[in-house]
Amino acid sequence: MPDHKTLLDVRGLKMHFPIKSGLFSRAKNFIYAVDGVDFQVKKGETLGLVGESGCGKSTTARAVAQLYKPTAGEVFLNDIDLTKAPKKELLAARKNMQMVFQDPYASLNPRMTSGDIIAEPIRIFKKNGLIEMSKQDLDDRVEQLMEKVGLSRFFKNRYPHEFSGGQRQRIGIARALALNPELMLCDEPVSALDVSIQSQILNLFKDLQDEFGLTYLFIAHDLSVIKYISTRVAVMYLGLIVEIADANDLYKKPMHPYTEALLSAAPIPDPKIEAKRHRIILTGDVPSPDKQRPGCNFYDRCPKRMDICKSSRPKLKETESGHQVSCFLYHKPE
Amino acid sequence: MSDEVILQVQDLKTYFVVDEGTVKAVDGVSFDLHTGETLGIVGESGSGKSVTNLSIINLIPTPPGRIAGGKVLFHGKDLLQMPQSEIREIRGNKISMIFQDPMTSLNPFLRISTQMIETIVLHQKLSKEEAKAKAIEMLKLAGIPAPEKRIDQYPHQFSGGMRQRVMIAMGLSCNPEILIADEPTSALDVTIQAQILELMQELTRKLGTAVILITHSLGVVAGMCDTICVMYAGRIVERGRTEEIFESPRHPYTMGLIRSVPRLDQETKNRLYSIPGQPPNVIDLPDCCPFYPRCDKVKDICKKKYPPVVQFENGQSASCWLYAKEGQNA
Repeated sequence: MPDHKTLLDVRGLKMHFPIKSGLFSRAKNFIYAVDGVDFQVKKGETLGLVGESGCGKSTTARAVAQLYKPTAGEVFLNDIDLTKAPKKELLAARKNMQMVFQDPYASLNPRMTSGDIIAEPIRIFKKNGLIEMSKQDLDDRVEQLMEKVGLSRFFKNRYPHEFSGGQRQRIGIARALALNPELMLCDEPVSALDVSIQSQILNLFKDLQDEFGLTYLFIAHDLSVIKYISTRVAVMYLGLIVEIADANDLYKKPMHPYTEALLSAAPIPDPKIEAKRHRIILTGDVPSPDKQRPGCNFYDRCPKRMDICKSSRPKLKETESGHQVSCFLYHKPE
Repeated sequence: MSDEVILQVQDLKTYFVVDEGTVKAVDGVSFDLHTGETLGIVGESGSGKSVTNLSIINLIPTPPGRIAGGKVLFHGKDLLQMPQSEIREIRGNKISMIFQDPMTSLNPFLRISTQMIETIVLHQKLSKEEAKAKAIEMLKLAGIPAPEKRIDQYPHQFSGGMRQRVMIAMGLSCNPEILIADEPTSALDVTIQAQILELMQELTRKLGTAVILITHSLGVVAGMCDTICVMYAGRIVERGRTEEIFESPRHPYTMGLIRSVPRLDQETKNRLYSIPGQPPNVIDLPDCCPFYPRCDKVKDICKKKYPPVVQFENGQSASCWLYAKEGQNA
């Protein structure tokens, strides 16, 4: 269970990518992929991050991991500000924060054996003098990790192409576990998998969390996956978080019009329920994040929009029900 | 949905010969499609869903592929025996297809107008101008704003959801009797998926088109389909009306599949159910039930012989030794 200590604290995180038109020209335009998000992840919990493609979920995770240098904002992991930490300190902090990626085909080096892939993080930290481990211990550790994620230790000399998608994802998870991190950033780790394999991997994530007290920032676009795995859920739209709430609360009574639409659009595998459901069909596509809007980002597609939404931007604020919502339906503009 | 059968697939077998052996991608698939019916084919990757449908309209690349047996009767005529010239009259006209990835199934070099007019002029006795008017009308039906302008644009100027709308408009432009949609919404976001599914449902009902919908998503079939075929390792393991399949699945694979999906409308407190193991490699499968290594109700006979199809009273059918008698033949 979460012991309420904040492990990850993200404040005002912005990630803007310049669009360059020529080789030497200076960037005039930006993609505002993440445009000021704040959230906290408590130790031992799973914060689910959900939204449609292009809403900035993955960019958020990558900016948290410092794979991108954020344009603005702070990322505190155990009270160390990663955005300002010197290189050595950042590397040490990374030991506590590991990533699992979406595509189990692209995220494993095809020229390394599965054993080497899993040992790689430990080798890097050893080289930098941050870990001491004998060769024998490292071998044992790799074998132990493989069995933890449900792979036979005899597979350690095999190459990624010899494994199926689900097994590759297990290798990716073992690699992320290698350094005993506190926080795992999981970027769509089950979206490339078939239904029967997906449930195996989701269960594995839960088991590992119970055993090692892991904390997850779990990204997915599938709302039912997020519901199953998460303690709390943050919904993103066009670079901003529009709502954060406890998973069950959010699904029972979504507050933000976008969350409502998203939940009503997701199909439920039960024909009786499907026949009775009322769908909120949003019009139009997700707009491109290539400009900053003066008002609410969801204005163009919102079925409940008001005049105020066009000209001023709502802030993410806690409501009486415990949800944090950024919508003028629930709080008056200042 | 009426009782008239327009498409009958009987014991269809499509094999691919590769270096490692013979891949029996589709190995004895049979089903009927009625006028106006929406039939869902569900299964995991590699179960043979797409190959089944490519075989129906005779689009299997030969070699390495080969239709090894079976019949596909469209109004009583076997599409597999037809000469190419004759099947071309049907393909895109009476039977049309929508593919998963709308970017790769539209030609990036040609304007939407060129691509749509080509199909219409080929199959209908219309002049170019009339065909263009028809194309614009179809785009309008598919919910594309300002179709008169959009029709002269190129595919890259459309978003993913819009491209899929163009595909639907194109697919329905010759008033087909059957529309085969191969994972039409898998590449799209949830809110766009909802738009596209609603559009497909509305248009096909209006035009009375029968639909074969291939998908891996149980949620999509639950909302869209009248009947379902569940495929595993190249065969249909269970078939029946949608409500009945979801309410009383007979085959252990269908049961497992339904239980292993996390639900939006329920709280899952405990672990999620999961089918152990992995889908089999379909190269040189032995003649036993391919699901037995993963099945929790496995019996001795399952390891020796493929189970025959058992019909239930409500019209449901399943291939499983739980229901079949040992003397029966597959």
